[in-house]
Amino acid sequence: MPEVKTSRFKSESVKALANENIQRALGAPFAHFVDGRKSAIEADYTEESWDSMRDRAAATKAHTIERLDYYLDLLDKNVRRNGGHVHFADDAAHANQIVLDIARQHDVKTVIKSKSMVSEEMGINDVLEKNGIKPVETDLGEYIIQLAHETPFHLIAPAVHKTKGQVSELFEKFLDSAPTEDIEKLCLIARDVLRDSFAKADMGISGANFIVAETGTVVLVTNEGNGRMTTSVPRVHVAISGMEKLLPSIEDVGLFLRLLARSATGQRITSYNSFISGPRASGDEDGPEEFHLILVDNGRLNLLKDETLRESLGCIRCGACLNHCPVYRKVGGHAYGWVYPGPIGAIVSPMLTGLKQGKELPYASTLCGSCRDVCPVKIDLPKLLLDLRHKIASGGAGSMPERLGIRQWHNTMKTRKKLEGSARLGRLLQGPIARRGFIKRLPLPVVSGWTKSRDFPALPPRSFAEIWRDELSGGDRS
Amino acid sequence: MLRHLGVDVAFPEAQTCCGQIGFNGGYRKEAADVARHFVETFEPYDHIVAPSGSCSSMIKVYYPELFAGDPDMLERATAVGEKTHELTDFIVNVLGVTEIGGISEGLVTYHDSCHLLRELGISEEPRTLIQNTRGVELQEMPESDACCGFGGLFSVKFPEISAAILNEKLGNIADTGASTLVANDCGCLMHMRGALRRQGSNVRSKHIAELLAEGLD
Repeated sequence: MPEVKTSRFKSESVKALANENIQRALGAPFAHFVDGRKSAIEADYTEESWDSMRDRAAATKAHTIERLDYYLDLLDKNVRRNGGHVHFADDAAHANQIVLDIARQHDVKTVIKSKSMVSEEMGINDVLEKNGIKPVETDLGEYIIQLAHETPFHLIAPAVHKTKGQVSELFEKFLDSAPTEDIEKLCLIARDVLRDSFAKADMGISGANFIVAETGTVVLVTNEGNGRMTTSVPRVHVAISGMEKLLPSIEDVGLFLRLLARSATGQRITSYNSFISGPRASGDEDGPEEFHLILVDNGRLNLLKDETLRESLGCIRCGACLNHCPVYRKVGGHAYGWVYPGPIGAIVSPMLTGLKQGKELPYASTLCGSCRDVCPVKIDLPKLLLDLRHKIASGGAGSMPERLGIRQWHNTMKTRKKLEGSARLGRLLQGPIARRGFIKRLPLPVVSGWTKSRDFPALPPRSFAEIWRDELSGGDRS
Repeated sequence: MLRHLGVDVAFPEAQTCCGQIGFNGGYRKEAADVARHFVETFEPYDHIVAPSGSCSSMIKVYYPELFAGDPDMLERATAVGEKTHELTDFIVNVLGVTEIGGISEGLVTYHDSCHLLRELGISEEPRTLIQNTRGVELQEMPESDACCGFGGLFSVKFPEISAAILNEKLGNIADTGASTLVANDCGCLMHMRGALRRQGSNVRSKHIAELLAEGLD
């Protein structure tokens, strides 16, 4: 598993704010995602409304997650019936071991991979390399960050923070190519290397966008065609997925493909949609000789057991909540310190890697609600963030100043008399620092950050309650 | 303004806070105490009006969550929530008034406060009231529905991120050329006003009640 750095959110976010490349990357490409999604939804002429599609998808996900044991059994049976193998992995290390065992059994030297977030959770590339197996990412963005030894910046645009100059430098360093800022040329350089890898690889590792229980089918969407190459050219195909990615029926897939493409990239449909049901059957012209499906828990049971948070298992990893999050749009993906960034990451990452370490993440939200409004499966992200905050605070993990502040607030708000007493004290204390109704510098360290870029309003000479009492009530006091 | 519209207004002096600060911080036990005080204080009245989408959504949307394990309080809080209205929601949808009769001046731009818009679905009501104020022209800003970066506790815990989000908002406000910024929530206004002042901007910020009450007898 890659190093968990969720505890460094605050310091990393401040660094990201000062990083020009990151700030540039968070501008135009994301405006493109946001506008693309909007126009794809508005332009649609389907009989069913977007909102109704989201309702159906949310209901399907809730249904599946409530009966996950049943659907996992059904899936297991059907994959085996199709001639594939199913493995259940408790955690990242277990999943890595399963992949290694399969690779050794088939004397695998080179692995090609299409994009898989679960494989990022596992840190599979490092594990393969340590065991003398060469992994090559085949999604262009993933390939770039593999060369740079970084984690994805975004769920569907992993290298969106890299400039063409930076990509050229990486290619110069690792591929001996000539420097160029011509994007088409850069693509062709990568294409040449990747074509060669596709032809030579012994094993292909893919993720799974959806898995259909009733047919044992892995559904994979890509825009580069690399998913199809990865799963059909090498001798062995290993699909890795979180155990929650199930859909009951093949008839459910259409709805989810429509929701995913529109929410993620603003496309009507993703360029390549692959349906993989097991290894090459007799009479097939191509396809792998062997097919393995690894279903990974890696902390998902923590989410499943929790009646409120289990809703987050419905996530289809479209990235829309990131694209519409004011916080993600300022700090980017790496600040979140693990595989999943943005609002969904602020819920999932702490639950999969440790709430104590990741306790800042659920607070890294203004609770503006944009994420919930765009989520294609209607996950109530603010509600889940609030629930996690409750778990953190009631577990006593809040900072000392925060707990003191809340205690003071709680005490003050018990009666009007106490509130007015606090206001009187506040007016007295603010005397030396308030000028013309504002405070330019709050002296307490916990709040002083606020006044670095904004003035803070001083308490006015009289509260509304006092004005009411003296002038407005007309003797009609309640 | 409410009296001008013929409303019999009371201000229960025992009132303090709706409890949102504690709730959003994760301190539900403390929040429930404060919220209980709110419910007890306000439940005798026919309508409860708050000049804040954020407080209104705490009461209407999140009290049921806060009191989920307490059937008696849940029932009382739900009843209070049903008769609670954000100010412009009350004026337009309860009183049926779309023109207050005040007079102001200048080019006004309106910020959609997040909870008002996305928890309560109020966006047309304030715009209608602004547009129907004599002497005022409403100029929409780009992304009026984008968060200003306040988020209560968020702006204290992450002041740098909050300020970066705020700067985006200030740019959008400046783009309109408006002389007045209007919003329905004091939290957002405190945040935006604090930065407008710091940057020496000429844009004045007003709570919608201040704008609508101008020029009334």
